[in-house]
Amino acid sequence: MFALLKKSPISARIGFAIVLLNVLVAIFAPLVAPYGETSVVGNVWESFSDEFLLGTDHLGRDLMTRMIYGARNTIALAFVTTALSFILGVSLGFVAATKGGWTDQFFSRIIDIVMAFPTLIFALMILSVMGATIPVLIFTIAILDSTRVYRLSRAVAMDIEVLDFVEAARLRGEGLWWIMRHEILPNAMPPLVAEFGLRFCFVFLFIASLSFLGLGLQPPLADWGGMVRENAGAITFGIYVPLIPAAAIAFLTVGVNLIVDWFLHLSSGLHE
Amino acid sequence: MKNVLLLVGKRSLASLVTIFVISIIIFIGVELLPGDVAETVLGQSATPETVQAFRQELKLDLPPHVRYGAWLKDLSHGDFGTSLANGRPVAELIGWRFANTLFLAGMAALIAVPLAIVLGMLAAFYRNTFFDKCISIVTLSFISFPEFFIAYILIALFAVQLNIFPSMATINESMGLGAKIYAVLLPALTLTCVVTAHMMRQTRAAIINVLSKAYIEMAEVKGVRRLRIIMLHAFPNSLSPVINVIALNLAYLVVGVVVVEVVFVYPGLGQLLVDSVAKRDIPVVQASGLIFASAYIFLNLMADVLSMLVNPRLRQSQQ
Repeated sequence: MFALLKKSPISARIGFAIVLLNVLVAIFAPLVAPYGETSVVGNVWESFSDEFLLGTDHLGRDLMTRMIYGARNTIALAFVTTALSFILGVSLGFVAATKGGWTDQFFSRIIDIVMAFPTLIFALMILSVMGATIPVLIFTIAILDSTRVYRLSRAVAMDIEVLDFVEAARLRGEGLWWIMRHEILPNAMPPLVAEFGLRFCFVFLFIASLSFLGLGLQPPLADWGGMVRENAGAITFGIYVPLIPAAAIAFLTVGVNLIVDWFLHLSSGLHE
Repeated sequence: MKNVLLLVGKRSLASLVTIFVISIIIFIGVELLPGDVAETVLGQSATPETVQAFRQELKLDLPPHVRYGAWLKDLSHGDFGTSLANGRPVAELIGWRFANTLFLAGMAALIAVPLAIVLGMLAAFYRNTFFDKCISIVTLSFISFPEFFIAYILIALFAVQLNIFPSMATINESMGLGAKIYAVLLPALTLTCVVTAHMMRQTRAAIINVLSKAYIEMAEVKGVRRLRIIMLHAFPNSLSPVINVIALNLAYLVVGVVVVEVVFVYPGLGQLLVDSVAKRDIPVVQASGLIFASAYIFLNLMADVLSMLVNPRLRQSQQ
């Protein structure tokens, strides 16, 4: 792992640094944050000072603290959602590829229809019916996103499924689950890992957009998309508070993308 | 030609089926509402009588398939029902907002498509140079940025610092075309940044793909100028994937306006949808969701049909 990192290009290292920073801040949020998540400590929209490193928000809460807790809530939510989407998408995709026939047709046609529907609109409609609570948010986005994971994992599993060692496992009498777990999954890992990074970015941006629209995490929980929304009014006064959480979102996505780029380059076998 | 028509027909039929299924999904979605729409909308404190009256008004007392039939019939007559929030007909609410949304998306497309093609050609022409790398980095970062980030940067720059554009895109029917264009320029630019990145990368990739063909080498050997090769030899042959990606991005534009409309407080369908979701105004959500989905599916269909039509191999094959 470290040997690999040593050989990595500068862009990937920057990516790792960004992601590591965000993850550490997210994990140790209560230790790093100077104030409490929801405590009002100053005036509305104070500018940068020693007391408030990034100023204060629309209610007079310390922005730095909100950013730190925001990292925790936003990243955790996106991570859980992506993980769920992968469990769903990969298992359905593998089942479709190994079983083939009607199972494959059935799943694939349903997925076609879901994918024909614009994701944001679908999510908005579901949230309007079910209400914008965190479990609904996670399941909705995970299910919508798993369609993309399904397509990829089905295609990858199709390629592996025809190889000799899978045939051998079949003849040995191994069950469907065992073949998926021990023969297909290990061989499908590299494209799936890269896809995980891309899907995480997508889910992260998607949740940020929903929170920005006021339908994601609900206040007083801090999250970056919602913070942009709450402080949006400041910008017309020439106070750039909403740009800070927005920039943090962009920063993390760029970081993950840099790592994914490097990983794709590695696994494509294009070594210099 | 006959089998292209057949392909196009098949593809259109598939889209029609998709829209039909989606209308069922949208309809069932409301059925799945925990409890009952009536109780949810009226709240806990409603008396049984008002709930009953409301149920009758929404025709909730009829069996689902009858209601679905009635809903579809009303839809085909342009009757989208009435809004729960203010009792006005949904069609009236949606009408000019949808026109506004199309206007904004159209403006963005008008700027983005030529820009993306020219940038794509230039990047292919100067491929693997510093210029190409710069464009690649800039477009990659635009893809990773949330739309509202780009929007607020533009606002901070053009509306607050330079003070040449309004930070809110308010328009009304009495405004002239010029004033309208001026009002939607910042939101249109935001959308442009988002979609140009995708389109430009695809154009570049498609042209570079064609550049490895034998007839390009032939032209090079003949001594044709490189710019001419790209414009006249490579570009026409990479049109199929480029048109496809343009149509896909237009589909994305129509849906992507939602966030941008909210940032710029633009009176479009996206803003209406978001407001209605927050208010749980189900008929408006259903109608605007269906319109967005149909527009999206239609543009995706156009993408496929156009790339079938410009692909000579599909036009001529004898199957």
